[in-house]
Amino acid sequence: MNELECRQFVEQVTAYLERALTPAEEQAFVDHLTECDGCERYLDQVRQTARALDALPTDALSPESRTALLNTFRDRPS
Amino acid sequence: MDDLPVDKVLVRRLCDRDESAFALVLDRWSGGMLRLARSYVSTEASAAEVVQETWLAVIEGIDRFEGRSSLRTWVYRILTNTAQRRGSREHQMVPSDELGQPTVDPQRFQSEGQPFPGHWWEPPPVWPEPEGGVLTDEVRGLLVAALEELPERQRVVIALRDAEGWPADEVCELLDITAANQRVLLHRARAFVRAKLETYYTQEETS
Ligand SMILES: [Zn+2]
Repeated sequence: MNELECRQFVEQVTAYLERALTPAEEQAFVDHLTECDGCERYLDQVRQTARALDALPTDALSPESRTALLNTFRDRPS
Repeated sequence: MDDLPVDKVLVRRLCDRDESAFALVLDRWSGGMLRLARSYVSTEASAAEVVQETWLAVIEGIDRFEGRSSLRTWVYRILTNTAQRRGSREHQMVPSDELGQPTVDPQRFQSEGQPFPGHWWEPPPVWPEPEGGVLTDEVRGLLVAALEELPERQRVVIALRDAEGWPADEVCELLDITAANQRVLLHRARAFVRAKLETYYTQEETS
């Protein structure tokens, strides 16, 4: 069995989350995960990072440009 | 958030000059488009102009939309083209060999001859859980600043995937990149932002 090192593990995190590892790679990844607290935490923090970005608020169009665009849309001939 | 009508319905309504359909996509997509435009241009003001210009092109061109991609991808492609044209002065390409570099500081791992080569010296420190999942203003500011520091393509990918929640295949289609390439860009971007959060949380701990 090929043992994964932490420094390899951290480079496979996204591939793992995207389900892009081969079955053998995924097995080695999961095996490592069960016995390495540091890597478990790293994986979790990458997930947390993605969640934090998801929670970022988005800006909105200014009311003026929104109105202008709606007017342009309305006035466009069919 | 309610789902938008399926493309076929949406496009027909837009072609029929149904204003409520236009308002629907305008309100749904403009926020993400502003964020994405900011990946290409350097000010909020030019990002707003890019988005405005994009919608004008959409109004102009909707009758010619052929449905070869999703409506959203089509709109966003107009956006990226518009933004890229405008942002070309500040366009910075990342040398591709940089993409092969480790995403975590190699010093964090033991080297050959140490008891556990390739393993953490110190595991990553624990982060506080954000209360009720809500980010503080400080963390938000830090995330926005971190995105700002990323090279353009990494920033575009992480904004679409993590901030906007796009599926990988739609991002690949929009940017015309391979799945593997998309993954590498996303991975580097996430590792960079994670490291920024780690620095922030560790400083907070010791201050
Ligand atoms: Zn490990």
